[in-house]
Amino acid sequence: MAILKMQRISIYALSRYSKDILETLQRMGVMEIEKCRIEDSVFYQTDNASLSASFARSAALMTQAQEIIEEYVKEKKGLLSSLEGRTPLTLEEYENTAAKNPEALKLAYKLLGYKKKINENNSKILAYRAKIDALSPWENLDVPMTFSSTSSSRAIIGSFAEELSKEDIDLKLSQLLPDTDLFDVEVISSSSDMTCVFILCYKEIYEDLMASLRKLGLALPSSSATANPREEIKSLKTRIKKREELIAECEKAIASQASTLYLLRFFEDYYLMKAERYSQLDNISYSPHTFVMTGYIPEKDGEKLKKLLFEKYSAEVELEQAEGEDVPVLLKNNAFTAPAEGVLLSYSAPNRFELDPTAVMAIFYYIFFGMMFSDAGYGLVMSLACGLALLKFKNMEAGLKRSLKMFFYCGLSTTFWGLMFGSFFGDAVSVIFNTFVGKAPPIIPGITTPIWFNPTTGTGPTTLLMFSFLFGIIHLFAGLILQAVNYIRQGNFIYAVYDDLSWILVVTGAVFALLSTDMLSGMMGGFKLPSVFMTVGGIMAGVGALLILIFSGRESKNPLKRLIKGAYNLYGATSYLSDILSYSRLLALGLATGVVAGVFNQLGSMMGNSVAGVILFIVVFIIGHLLNIGINALGAYVHTNRLQFVEFFGKFYTGGGRDFKPYSVNTKHYNIKEDI
Amino acid sequence: MELGLFLALLGAALATFLAGIGSSIGVGKAGVAAAGVLAEEPNLFSKVLILMLLPATQGIYGLLVAFLILQGVGIIGGGAGEISNLEGLLYLAASLPIAASGLFSAIHQGKCSVAGIHTVAKKPDTMGKALIIPAMVETYAILALLISILAINGIGALGI
Repeated sequence: MAILKMQRISIYALSRYSKDILETLQRMGVMEIEKCRIEDSVFYQTDNASLSASFARSAALMTQAQEIIEEYVKEKKGLLSSLEGRTPLTLEEYENTAAKNPEALKLAYKLLGYKKKINENNSKILAYRAKIDALSPWENLDVPMTFSSTSSSRAIIGSFAEELSKEDIDLKLSQLLPDTDLFDVEVISSSSDMTCVFILCYKEIYEDLMASLRKLGLALPSSSATANPREEIKSLKTRIKKREELIAECEKAIASQASTLYLLRFFEDYYLMKAERYSQLDNISYSPHTFVMTGYIPEKDGEKLKKLLFEKYSAEVELEQAEGEDVPVLLKNNAFTAPAEGVLLSYSAPNRFELDPTAVMAIFYYIFFGMMFSDAGYGLVMSLACGLALLKFKNMEAGLKRSLKMFFYCGLSTTFWGLMFGSFFGDAVSVIFNTFVGKAPPIIPGITTPIWFNPTTGTGPTTLLMFSFLFGIIHLFAGLILQAVNYIRQGNFIYAVYDDLSWILVVTGAVFALLSTDMLSGMMGGFKLPSVFMTVGGIMAGVGALLILIFSGRESKNPLKRLIKGAYNLYGATSYLSDILSYSRLLALGLATGVVAGVFNQLGSMMGNSVAGVILFIVVFIIGHLLNIGINALGAYVHTNRLQFVEFFGKFYTGGGRDFKPYSVNTKHYNIKEDI
Repeated sequence: MELGLFLALLGAALATFLAGIGSSIGVGKAGVAAAGVLAEEPNLFSKVLILMLLPATQGIYGLLVAFLILQGVGIIGGGAGEISNLEGLLYLAASLPIAASGLFSAIHQGKCSVAGIHTVAKKPDTMGKALIIPAMVETYAILALLISILAINGIGALGI
């Protein structure tokens, strides 16, 4: 449990090495670079925003190219692929692949070209289809659509926007024209909203006929094809086919590049890294031949980096102890407690002046999570799932790994508490024996009978309630003690007495006094402290209260004001009461898990001992318990967090530190790391 | 005897449906917000889902209390004994904390969840904090659940 010591680092080297040094630093990921502003006539800063943006565009190009391949080649992705993380690359592999840069760019442009061709052909095909749609009503016409006349006759090709038969048209025309022998109407096709007609007439009556037809609503088609419609459709279809062949060719060409996907992914990362590197160049101060770079580095890495940069680039590195508010914070904990760092950081990183409470918090975290989830079966399921995922996916991202490790330990604690309370998938073993075996279940400590006591029956709930309060008080005291340690570290020993010991005395005294009254002995199953504890507790609480009254308002010089402040702080005792009562959720959520599990077991066994009964039991068992695990693990997680954030941190933790964010490889597919 | 059994069953029903209504409203509100966020940020699915499910617990607490009552009077699990009118009324009273508190806390928790979902949509890093705010509201449902459980447990021990 510690906050690592930070050093301020300044690197001085020749300008021509600036990019190489940045690349090395990026792969090592140990240094946080800050903006180095030296304002004088020698040093200047460069602006690399446009370069950085152009590399970001190259990265986007690689992403596009990947998407094109992924569209045509389905990649098999497992259900758990999100756990896999990035593939690690050694420096050598990285450099070998980076040499293929021109090849990758060529490939990306080629793929974009194919995609463009496919899009063009697709839009052409759409246009042809539209033409075919327009022509298909005319398919039975034997002359081209542009056909207009022979030597003595004129042809009219057109359509009405309604369904008409030859008779209908003849009848309508006969009402408008005197002589119906001089023209002939042929209906080419007819549908509910369009009737296509071919009308042949003598030249002499063309004008009159045309006028009459317009009155009836004849529309002339707009086709310029010189072949007749049937042939035209046929030729359009062959053209579509040709285009489709072209598309298939492109798709095949794209699919044949599937094996180069890794290259595109690599160069997406390559350009992302490069873009980031160039944006970091802005933070460097240059003189004509040298540059200066400053930042923070954990003390453990400082000397090693200094040596390495000197040997490789003959750079001069200056290290000094970092002081002050703005120094970033990096936590260091052992393998058992480090997984809980994520919880701490999601609240706030500790500031430079306080202890890292992760270790203490982690232990309470595991215990409380286990008490709320409290089922041996569920705990095993959770630990197994997390453990297997951790074993299988070695390259998992650090944050995810940390969470899974934390839930692995939470699962172990859950199993422990489940055994203590005799809950294994609720009362599954008893139900199975009673329903399907037909005899009383064997006594297996922890699984059918509790090792400690059963919190769901008899006086179980009240007993567990009392223990919940006890654990709560221990948790709160741990917070106070951490604050006391902080005071002592800063040399304010007496503050630890005023602010922490005083409250410990008040709470302990009050508990002693309460336990020696008759009121609580009923709830405690007859347990009662001897009445001397009434006096002892009273004195302890009195001393504590006096300390708070007199000293907690010590910042005020005015004695009256100081007493009033002290009295107000003493009133804060009510908050201790509500804090302690808040731990009753340990009991409530623990019961919720056990009882709901029992509900599902009972539902499953409703059909008794038969084949259908067994099937029902298995189905209800799996679905029900999965549901219960989901909802109660969520509840346990949220409320364990709450107990830490509100009750525990509220007693001592200030936070507000800045998380150490080293300049590092921030890629999507590959993890290129150089060990320091 | 019949009235006693009816009152106990009424208690179980109240616990289930009032807390259930609360959770439906709470999860429903959060669900609408969640779906909206997913349209823009599909990769936030798991975070948003967790926030959305927070108000779901009250319904489960109601179910749990109902089940304990049904078990206490022997409607499930067999061994239905005589239920006096007083005993029935006591079960009814025991169901009220989770019924009422479940109803209202789930609705208001749902509102906090909606706000939390918006927070996470803008700043996914604040998940830890966004989760704690709705959990504050849930405290009162948990306290109610506790009293309901302790009361039902106590009625059985009274032997009325």
